[in-house]
Amino acid sequence: MYKYDEYDQQMVDTRVAEFRDQVRRRLSGELTEDQFRPLRLQNGLYLQLHAYMLRVAVPYGTLNSAQMKVLGDIADKYDRGYGHFTTRQNIQYNWIKLEDTPDILADLAKVEMHAIQTSGNCIRNISSDQYAGAAADELVDPRPYAELLRQWSSFHPEFLTLPRKFKIAVIASETDRAAMRLHDIGIKMVKNDAGEIGCQFYVGGGMGRTPMIGPMIKEFVPLDQLITYSEACLRVYNRYGRRDNKYKARIKILVHELGKDEYARQVEEEFAHLLSQGIEPPLAELERIKPYFDDPAFETDASDDLDLSDPDFRLWVERNCHAHKQAGYTIATVSLKPIGGIPGDASADQIRLMAQLAKDYSFDELRVTHAQNIVFPHVKKADLYTLWQKLDEAGLGTANLDSVGDIIACPGLDYCSLANARSIPVAQKISERFGSAEKQAEIGELKLKISGCINACGHHHAGHIGILGVDKKGVENYQLLLGGSEGADTSLGKITGPGFDEDGIVDAVEKATGVYLANRQEGERFLDTYRRIGMDPFKEAIYG
Amino acid sequence: MVEVQFRFRDDEAVNDPAVTVDAFTDQSNATAVRIEPGDDARALLPYLDQLALVEVNFPAWTDGRGYSSARVLREAGYTGEIRAVGDIVIDMLGHLKRCGFDAFAPEHPLNPTDAQNAFDRWDNVYQATADGRQPIWAKRHPAGV
Amino acid sequence: MKILTGNDLKSGAVTWWTGVGWSLDVNDAADVGEDGAKIIAREEGAQNVFAAYVIDGVKTAEGVRPAHIKDRIRALGPTVRPDLTLKPSDPEAVNWVI
Repeated sequence: MYKYDEYDQQMVDTRVAEFRDQVRRRLSGELTEDQFRPLRLQNGLYLQLHAYMLRVAVPYGTLNSAQMKVLGDIADKYDRGYGHFTTRQNIQYNWIKLEDTPDILADLAKVEMHAIQTSGNCIRNISSDQYAGAAADELVDPRPYAELLRQWSSFHPEFLTLPRKFKIAVIASETDRAAMRLHDIGIKMVKNDAGEIGCQFYVGGGMGRTPMIGPMIKEFVPLDQLITYSEACLRVYNRYGRRDNKYKARIKILVHELGKDEYARQVEEEFAHLLSQGIEPPLAELERIKPYFDDPAFETDASDDLDLSDPDFRLWVERNCHAHKQAGYTIATVSLKPIGGIPGDASADQIRLMAQLAKDYSFDELRVTHAQNIVFPHVKKADLYTLWQKLDEAGLGTANLDSVGDIIACPGLDYCSLANARSIPVAQKISERFGSAEKQAEIGELKLKISGCINACGHHHAGHIGILGVDKKGVENYQLLLGGSEGADTSLGKITGPGFDEDGIVDAVEKATGVYLANRQEGERFLDTYRRIGMDPFKEAIYG
Repeated sequence: MVEVQFRFRDDEAVNDPAVTVDAFTDQSNATAVRIEPGDDARALLPYLDQLALVEVNFPAWTDGRGYSSARVLREAGYTGEIRAVGDIVIDMLGHLKRCGFDAFAPEHPLNPTDAQNAFDRWDNVYQATADGRQPIWAKRHPAGV
Repeated sequence: MKILTGNDLKSGAVTWWTGVGWSLDVNDAADVGEDGAKIIAREEGAQNVFAAYVIDGVKTAEGVRPAHIKDRIRALGPTVRPDLTLKPSDPEAVNWVI
């Protein structure tokens, strides 16, 4: 994976010093809270329901063991013994003290990590495919391009005070594992007719209160124009994105109001101008970055044999492991969704254990997924049983990937100051009702996503089943959505009808799965059945 | 008029009263103009030779349109003064300078030590902008190699 | 009753105005009547608190209870982690929140 050189290290060290100075000015009263807020946000520091919260960037979701270990240590040293992995492949801590923050950033900088631009109206951490560099179906490894974009977007002086936050994802396979078209910019690495690799740009996707699927605005941007084209996209947005209403300030609204063709035309004009400005790094820079993402030293004669005589292990392999490009290896995902647990939470000990196991069994590498799980990207099949046993002992062996128990949930009203309703207890109840191995096997793939408010951090629009928490006269209420998807077949879920209380929504989910089970045809997932038979039978069962 | 607190130019300060972009493009012979966040800096491009001072106003520092305005002017070859006025805070000084601002007239004067620290903060930068600083990628690959 | 809440500048902890200072325990909250804005201006100015605001509350036999669920959760802690709340040894505490 990528390794900082002296320049990268100096940049994060300088940021630590800058933030230390900002905190000093805040504590001395030189900065008011109103003045400080945008500054702390650009360093991932929020004020949440109970305390400050710090969001640490995990660029394109890739971590090494030393970094993962430090994430565990921070949870113990500065927080209350746990961290929460987020839907943007980051980690956040819920009980941070302002005066500790500069020291935390310094600890992170020692392992080439930071919290730069993990919040605020700027370009956020670049996300990517959690199986990058390991998946059998990828065209190229998307991460070198994500790293190039990371450097370009870090402290970009023109784009630190955009109309609103800005999220970029880069993928390189047909199967979209990063919800690319639900980002402000989604980039898909593609090959053109001449056999050259380039970037396909999708702009103006997003969730939130006005979910939109990003349209393609440029079929092919050559690699030596990637930064220039991105800069053109951002400049048009910075100049013309709405600033009169924060709920209409995302780029999706600009693209929607202008129309994708007019937005693309304006970008093209800016792009033509910027091409003469010398802002594009030379291809040599990409070539410098690429070798950091070279394959680890795989054994070329590793065996594909697996002893599946242990039924629990067999189940885990079937559910949580994914095809690796290298024979004899697999991609193993650790579910952070134990039955009745808090989605995405891991204790300091669990985090450190995963760090150690990655060192022992996955070439020192881990990934964070947007589904709030952790991936061991390169596990030799011969080691898999040992790895699973060690995970299982620590409560990390749950076999439920992409099934109804593998729920995405935002922190909700238990932690978040924006939330209208709690998400976690709903996730826990659903997980308890449907989480048994038998139930999960019966229902199969079902992506269930819960947000505690309209901002949609829990991706409810993109769930096969989505749940949205709202505030109904001071009482928590939950709406049900069906038919969303974030994959290559991205679609947005539709609300079934009136909302429910906490137990009511769990019952409604049960009725919806009941309709699926009664109507499904051979090989159909929940989503397929819904798409074939439509909303009506579900409505009837739920409200009839 | 608010005083210029920091200036990075050797020429004599321009103190002509700045007119609005609309007034200017309506055939004014003014030499100073003020850009508001909603103005299109490109409207000034035909007149750059005539201009000695462009003020870019930040009614709120969190509205970043002025950064693009300054870069648009510099990229078009404007070499006169670009002055940031309005709600200018310490922590934006370095970024403004990178986008081509070379004079700063904050409506509330800034602590000079903190401001100097902010200007001096970044020894290196990741992007090429109109300020001509060599970005990190250029240092990594001298002579475009 | 009207009660006043905010966060401690250094720790970020949720605090409640007691009439003379700030407490972590909502049961110490005092009725500020119409004086909320005045107290906020003074206390934020002195950096004793930030992000302060006035809310409705009720004094019950068990203690002071903020009117809105969000502030009740702020007062107690996350309902899904009783061990991290203000009353870790009281399994029933969560019941007055929801």
